[in-house]
Amino acid sequence: MASLTTLSIAGARDGLRAREFSALELTQAHLAAMAGARRLNAYITETPEHAISQAAESDARLARGEARPLEGIPLGIKDLFCTKGVLTTAGSHILDGFHPPYESTVTANLWRDGAVMLGKTNMDEFAMGSSNITSYYGPALSPWRRPGSAADLVPGGSSGGSAAAVAAGLCLGATGTDTGGSIRQPASFCGIVGLKPTYGRCSRLGIVAFASSLDQAGPLARNVRDCAILLRSMAGHDPLDSTSVDRPVPDYEAMMGRGAKGLRIGVPKQYRVDGMPSEIETLWRQGIDWLKAAGATVRDIDLPHTKYALPTYYIVAPAEASSNLARYDGVRYGLRVPGASIDEMYELTRAAGFGAEVKRRVMIGTYVLSAGYYDAYYLKAQQVRSLIARDFATAFESVDLVLAPTAPSAAFAIGEKMDDPIAMYLNDVFTVPANLAGLPAISVPAGLSADGLPLGLQLIGRAFEEDMVLAAAKTIEDAAGFSHGPGGAR
Amino acid sequence: MAALLIEGSNGPWEIVIGLEVHAQVISRAKLFSGAATAFGADPNTQVSFVDAAMPGMLPVINRICVEQAVKTGVALDARINLTSVFDRKNYFYPDLPAGYQISQYQQPIVGRGTVTIDLKDGSSRTIGITRLHLEQDAGKSLHDIAPHASHVDLNRAGVALMEIVSEPDLRSPEEAGAYLKKVRSILRYIGTCDGNMEEGSLRCDANVSVRRPGDPLGTRCEIKNVNSIRFVQKAIEYEANRQVDILEGGGAIAQETRLFDSAKGETRTMRSKEEAHDYRYFPDPDLLPLVLDPAWVDQVRGSLPELPDPKKARFIADYGLSPYDAGVLVAEQASADYFEAVAKGRDAKAASNWITVELFGALNRLGLDIDRSPVSAAALGGLLDLMTDGTISGRLAKDVFAAMVESGKDAMTVVEEKGLRQVTDASAIETAVETIMAAEAAKVAEYRSGKDKLFGYFVGQVMRAMGGKANPQALNELLKRKLAG
Repeated sequence: MASLTTLSIAGARDGLRAREFSALELTQAHLAAMAGARRLNAYITETPEHAISQAAESDARLARGEARPLEGIPLGIKDLFCTKGVLTTAGSHILDGFHPPYESTVTANLWRDGAVMLGKTNMDEFAMGSSNITSYYGPALSPWRRPGSAADLVPGGSSGGSAAAVAAGLCLGATGTDTGGSIRQPASFCGIVGLKPTYGRCSRLGIVAFASSLDQAGPLARNVRDCAILLRSMAGHDPLDSTSVDRPVPDYEAMMGRGAKGLRIGVPKQYRVDGMPSEIETLWRQGIDWLKAAGATVRDIDLPHTKYALPTYYIVAPAEASSNLARYDGVRYGLRVPGASIDEMYELTRAAGFGAEVKRRVMIGTYVLSAGYYDAYYLKAQQVRSLIARDFATAFESVDLVLAPTAPSAAFAIGEKMDDPIAMYLNDVFTVPANLAGLPAISVPAGLSADGLPLGLQLIGRAFEEDMVLAAAKTIEDAAGFSHGPGGAR
Repeated sequence: MAALLIEGSNGPWEIVIGLEVHAQVISRAKLFSGAATAFGADPNTQVSFVDAAMPGMLPVINRICVEQAVKTGVALDARINLTSVFDRKNYFYPDLPAGYQISQYQQPIVGRGTVTIDLKDGSSRTIGITRLHLEQDAGKSLHDIAPHASHVDLNRAGVALMEIVSEPDLRSPEEAGAYLKKVRSILRYIGTCDGNMEEGSLRCDANVSVRRPGDPLGTRCEIKNVNSIRFVQKAIEYEANRQVDILEGGGAIAQETRLFDSAKGETRTMRSKEEAHDYRYFPDPDLLPLVLDPAWVDQVRGSLPELPDPKKARFIADYGLSPYDAGVLVAEQASADYFEAVAKGRDAKAASNWITVELFGALNRLGLDIDRSPVSAAALGGLLDLMTDGTISGRLAKDVFAAMVESGKDAMTVVEEKGLRQVTDASAIETAVETIMAAEAAKVAEYRSGKDKLFGYFVGQVMRAMGGKANPQALNELLKRKLAG
């Protein structure tokens, strides 16, 4: 029997039902792995007691033959999801000691289906970052290293802790959130699969808000099928989230097997950006060939407003964030630094509670919404956003999916790219458009870079066609036969 | 007349006023959360996670509040916008938990409308409504609990408010008062706001400027949060005179926000234009645009009761009331209903007089609303009936009414208990007449010799002897016949 921590979710589900091992054993194997991998700093909070008690209940249900869809599956939960009675930090000092008296809808759905929470995973502060280095709790590290190098690599971000934990066998799957690429880019960096669903597919209730019109929860796992399994539990309409959509949740796992036959794949010219490493270009070509070989047709498409996506994103997201983060004022919960006046208390609390990147974005957001600047920045950005969405709508009249790289590079080392926020923002160049258009998109590992690090390919689909995105991703996954893991083949 | 001109040293100044009314919506739950809205609960007992702006909490619009706003818009004869947008108004204050108020900025739910105001001289004027929008109320900061700390009560945070903005069409404190009374009356008729200014469920900001008649608008000052109609009028009067003094002294008005000090009867600077907030409005990404179904709006339109203005017109046309009396009776739905109950099948003018003079006088003395009147409409109607059928005279009716107010009993019971029934029995009156004539033989002789002015004296004497209960008409006839000899 393979190690319990290298199983897929589907494999663990079968093993549990066949009583090859117990949920408790499965959970304890992961708790042990977590204890042995604290160097990675993948978890901000480990919740072993919680996990053991949930696993015990799962075993009881398994014994009674009442297993639920995710019965006994141990997961990591990004620390942006509020978990009742469990410290929830959003990677920020300002939420010091915050134990929500409520559960996010997405995690409640997972527990309803029998999943087990191992802990709360590390992340960039308030999900602002592409490297996990902005976390107040210190950076999470990728379990990957360049062969022959001891340099610690970033796992990507903002769902860096989730991606690192999944890749390192510290959970079978994890939740993430994706505002501009925060699921897909770390999935690409860590050699795993990450899916950002359609905006409105998963409830945002109980997820600490970064940019409300862009935020969307999704799964990270070690294969496409596992993402399909997790998404089915996470998704669904929530009457308490006015932007969540009331549509039935299909059985993604069952629909995933359709393959790529007959699918029309678009390759956007505008994604061939200057300075893109040739290995990314080569991987992209490889992806095209795999899909063609599986019976898809491929054509070039135009997404003419692509070059405006990143600047648009870096106006819209900070604007919403500047307002969303106003509630962290030291009055009701989290950190409070006393001051002589209420204004001084606000200033001292927010100065001590927010890190540099959060402050930068709050200031950018405040600026672009200010009187005299609103029309030139925020309003213009919203107009461009509509054009970007229209580009996709037009493209999807002639193709079913868009294929592109996930990120312009493989993972970089801690310390690289750290001095220039703009260089860091460029990580999101391929992922941001799907957020602006609200479309489902997945990153699936497709190969290794010249220095031996994973690279992902991205598929973007029509709204609510996660099934098609997953099917094509499965085709690439099968063709790529990506069997690498950190430290060698799994 | 309604427009009040302030006489300056070089001619008159005109006052220009626009009012912003903040009306708390009558609804069981808040605008975006399920928490209760009842007034007077213990601090922080009616606060949901949404109201407290806990991380990850999201607003969900309360359909009832939308219906109330649409009702109000229809009652203000205003355009209902089928698509409206909620925006965030960003500022930091401890009683604003999210750091922003959800409001409506560029696309409010209700557009232009009108309100007709009734003035003391019986004239009416139409005042423009610019817009009505829905927004969240803030919580309350409490500064008097501890010496070195402030406390916050979030019970009110998130309660729905309608902000009703008028055009700068008002020209005097009297007009401003009439406008507020009319808006309050309409809100109460349709049940969208209880209009209670003492509890703060109706609050008013006044924008005041002055100008030479015919000139463009002057620079305005906004007076914040005045909590009674009388104070609004006083604040406007003070502020207009202050501005005239500055302008006549060669100064200029600084655009600013001012507070009214009701103890001193004056306004003072709260913040200058330079200190004004930049609210950084933008559409709330947590809420989709609010889209109304036109059929539903029509349904709401059809559900409205008769409003004060049409009711007033009907009272004038159908009951023959004066515009003034009709205006007094329709100001509150309850008094209008009371009037109609009394007037039905009776002399409407008498009903109106009895209500506006005797009943309102009594209620005023007792400090009671008409809903809690000790004399019901049916009981007052009964009193009028006793006058009509001659059971009591008009003079005695006032005594009966006073006893009814005192005891809460109906008219007939009072009449019976006090033996006030009018005597129409001719023999009883005749006996009394004969007794008086016998006792006053000298005066009878004078009368008969031509001094017929004495007739009134005899009426008075007989009435006094009969305790006022003689039917006046029967007495007159009988006395005339007997004196004639």
